[in-house]
Amino acid sequence: MAVDEATVRRVAKLARIAVSEDDVPHLKGELNAILAFVEELSELDVEGVEPLTSVTPIKIPMREDKVTAGGEPEKVLSNAPIREGDFYVVPKVVE
Amino acid sequence: MSELTDLTLAEARDGLKAKKFTSAELTDAHIDAVEAARGLNAYILETPEKAREMAFASDVKLAKGEGGALEGIPLGIKDLFATEGFRTTACSRILGDFIPTYESTVTTQLWRDGAVMLGKLNNDEFAMGSSNETSAYGAVANPWLAGNTDKVTAKSALSDLATAGGAGVLVPGGSSGGSSSAVAARLCLGATGTDTGGSIRQPAAFTGIVGIKPTYGRCSRWGIVAFASSLDQAGPFARTVKDTAILLRSMAGHDPKDSTSVNVPVPDYEVAVGRSVKGLRIGVPKEYRVEGMPAEIEKLWHQGAEWLKAAGAEIVEISLPHTKYALPAYYIVAPAEASSNLARYDGVRYGARVPGKDITAMYENTRAAGFGSEVKRRIMIGTYVLSAGYYDAYYVRAQKVRTLIKRDFDNVFAAGVDAVLTPTTPSAAFAIGSKASTDPVEMYLNDIFTVTVNMAGLPGISVPAGMSSENLPLGLQLIGRPFDEETLFALGAAIESSAGSLPKAEKWW
Repeated sequence: MAVDEATVRRVAKLARIAVSEDDVPHLKGELNAILAFVEELSELDVEGVEPLTSVTPIKIPMREDKVTAGGEPEKVLSNAPIREGDFYVVPKVVE
Repeated sequence: MSELTDLTLAEARDGLKAKKFTSAELTDAHIDAVEAARGLNAYILETPEKAREMAFASDVKLAKGEGGALEGIPLGIKDLFATEGFRTTACSRILGDFIPTYESTVTTQLWRDGAVMLGKLNNDEFAMGSSNETSAYGAVANPWLAGNTDKVTAKSALSDLATAGGAGVLVPGGSSGGSSSAVAARLCLGATGTDTGGSIRQPAAFTGIVGIKPTYGRCSRWGIVAFASSLDQAGPFARTVKDTAILLRSMAGHDPKDSTSVNVPVPDYEVAVGRSVKGLRIGVPKEYRVEGMPAEIEKLWHQGAEWLKAAGAEIVEISLPHTKYALPAYYIVAPAEASSNLARYDGVRYGARVPGKDITAMYENTRAAGFGSEVKRRIMIGTYVLSAGYYDAYYVRAQKVRTLIKRDFDNVFAAGVDAVLTPTTPSAAFAIGSKASTDPVEMYLNDIFTVTVNMAGLPGISVPAGMSSENLPLGLQLIGRPFDEETLFALGAAIESSAGSLPKAEKWW
């Protein structure tokens, strides 16, 4: 499978990465090089093979449902690019 | 004894205990070495004041005959590990000047045992790369030069690392290139690294040092910037097998804050170093004899098998039939997980924000400016293979192939093989800029021998074993059963002692 320029723009949109028109052709080429490389997998018969979701044979542990951290707004907000009081500031999202 | 920075970690530890020198002296010697080696660009943040403070505290303990397993030992930390109060960026512009308010579990354990932090080490952006050339802080120089390279020209080329390849300056491997360069150049006694597809073992091989990626789940991933969560593992770099064994013991262990960290006891790995390898069965996989592999790599591999045989191990030819599918499957699984993990960088909570006309434009502009081209490529591939209509054809298929790769290893271990011996890399270190072609796949092929180990979650160690025709270091890789790092330390030490005294990188920088 290979991607066209429209797909490159669509994927960039899904990934929330602004892409200029100048970048589209070479991105298309690079993505297709990678897709051509992984194409080799299609020759394998994987019928009946379970997908591997964990390499370790352990059951993911459940912890007690209780608060273990929190109440530290200064720490949480210390790296905020823009803040007001104990809030992050973002562009208006509701008209 | 010539210089304190020439000591191995074990020698330094023993010297501190015997009061031959203090941690302050040892730390100052390293701080001086780091300052004199800025041209290599291994450290992206030096923390000399913190180091002196920690060394002072260690000396107080050592004077009383107290202290932990790493008391007073100066280390370098890969910039993927969150260090409380010290800038941590994964070498990406998108994290800006992020200063964590917490410490990663692995580094917490190193400091608990008395280690001293010299600073943060360069790496490929978000650990995505095999040459350290994708770092927002620029490339790193390998302290090794080919035999015919002019050292004076190479040194003056360090002023512009992007073009230094023309003067013969080599990459230190990646993604943990700052770590490998710093350890090989004797700018620390050991360093932390992370390995998602080979990022500890490949740079270790390129710089003539030892690096081990432990079993998935052995070290906590908490506080390590995530790349591909089902593949990422932390591990140590050092100049001897014994030194990595000492470091791994401190780094490993169960952590309730990482649900994939496994609750099994951590052995005293140092005891395994020097343990007899008599009777161990070592598998040599025929599928690793790849087309175009240089004769000197093949020869070194054969030599390694002969050394282990002479030490009493039994060498058997094995088959890992799905080997050639590991790298393509990796380039679906790893970008898919990366696209998900890196969704958090949105310019809202931390890092650099670039404004836009609305919130979506703000996200898009922030991510366009913050991520480098390799990271963008991988996010886009990951987004594509996870998108509607392609998920089964790519992602689910790759996860099934992963099952087959793991099964290959399960089968050989069930047949009585104790470890697998392979070359670490298909070549010695290459010049900076020499693989900057338009085809990203060329760079990916560096990890052809290491990536299977991550896909199967196994431990793997790279040990320096010889020199190329150009007098550059070459490494051999040993792959072990899950949670049997001890056998790797025993076998690694056997290779190390058989290889004898290999040259070290002579200072030219």
